Amino acid sequence: MTAQQAWRAGELAVGRTFETVVVEDLKRTQIVQYAGASGDYNPLHTDEIYATKIAGYPSVFAHGMLTMGLTGQAIAGLVGAENLVRFGVRFTAQVWPGDTLTVRCSVVGVGERDGGPVAEFSVSTVNGDGTEVVSGYAHARLAR
Amino acid sequence: MAAGRFPVEAAHVLAFGRSLGAAGELPGAGDVAPPTFLIAGAQFDADYPLRPRPGVPWPGSGGEAGLVTEGAGGLHAEQHFVYHRPVLVGDVLVGDVRPGQEWEKHGRSGRLRFREQITEFRDAAGELVATARSVSVLRPEKGRAS
Repeated sequence: MTAQQAWRAGELAVGRTFETVVVEDLKRTQIVQYAGASGDYNPLHTDEIYATKIAGYPSVFAHGMLTMGLTGQAIAGLVGAENLVRFGVRFTAQVWPGDTLTVRCSVVGVGERDGGPVAEFSVSTVNGDGTEVVSGYAHARLAR
Repeated sequence: MAAGRFPVEAAHVLAFGRSLGAAGELPGAGDVAPPTFLIAGAQFDADYPLRPRPGVPWPGSGGEAGLVTEGAGGLHAEQHFVYHRPVLVGDVLVGDVRPGQEWEKHGRSGRLRFREQITEFRDAAGELVATARSVSVLRPEKGRAS
């Protein structure tokens, strides 16, 4: 899953922003696929009848961790998963079947931490309407 | 999240990556797992409540639309990971779960109760690999989500 060598400290300026589309027209089947892989079979995510008739939602919706996972794939592609030191999010809106999600990572700081250069990114994942569904941060080690 | 022994296996990492849209090549020993893979330690929690288990009623639909569960409503509000080193295929992790802080907020939909849970993952040598912190919010609402 290594996708990217570490950036060099001089290559990332504050304000630089990267955008990645991580899913287009999210399918219910991908939500089920995630349920199987993660082990979280909550019927709110996997069972349309339960989600609508019992729980009163308009349809099933994605696990927050599916959205965080998709966001994490974009970050891993950008910095290399092996360089990640911190990654955290708040879930700010639900993600529904049919959604298209775009991850925006912006460099908010580059500095020294634990004896090496580290870049700090703000992370924002938005749906097709521009509503933020995940808001967070990622810190990654850089090469000198 | 996982309590107990959590082997990081190639086929599991493959399936997890595919569910996140990865092309899906079988990783080898020492390859890095996706950043959120630790959450899949739920597979190794014998009592994980969001998986149908023998002899335990499941709220989802069968012949009927399902069961209304009361007081179970916890929504996943935040998730944080600190990686002391990357999680690698071939690791055999042990997750140690402990409760964190609890607090309340008054929101538009009434009183919200937040509850934190911290999981420390150590490798076979006992070295700390990663620390996960999840925050759930409980509110007077139907169903439960994750």
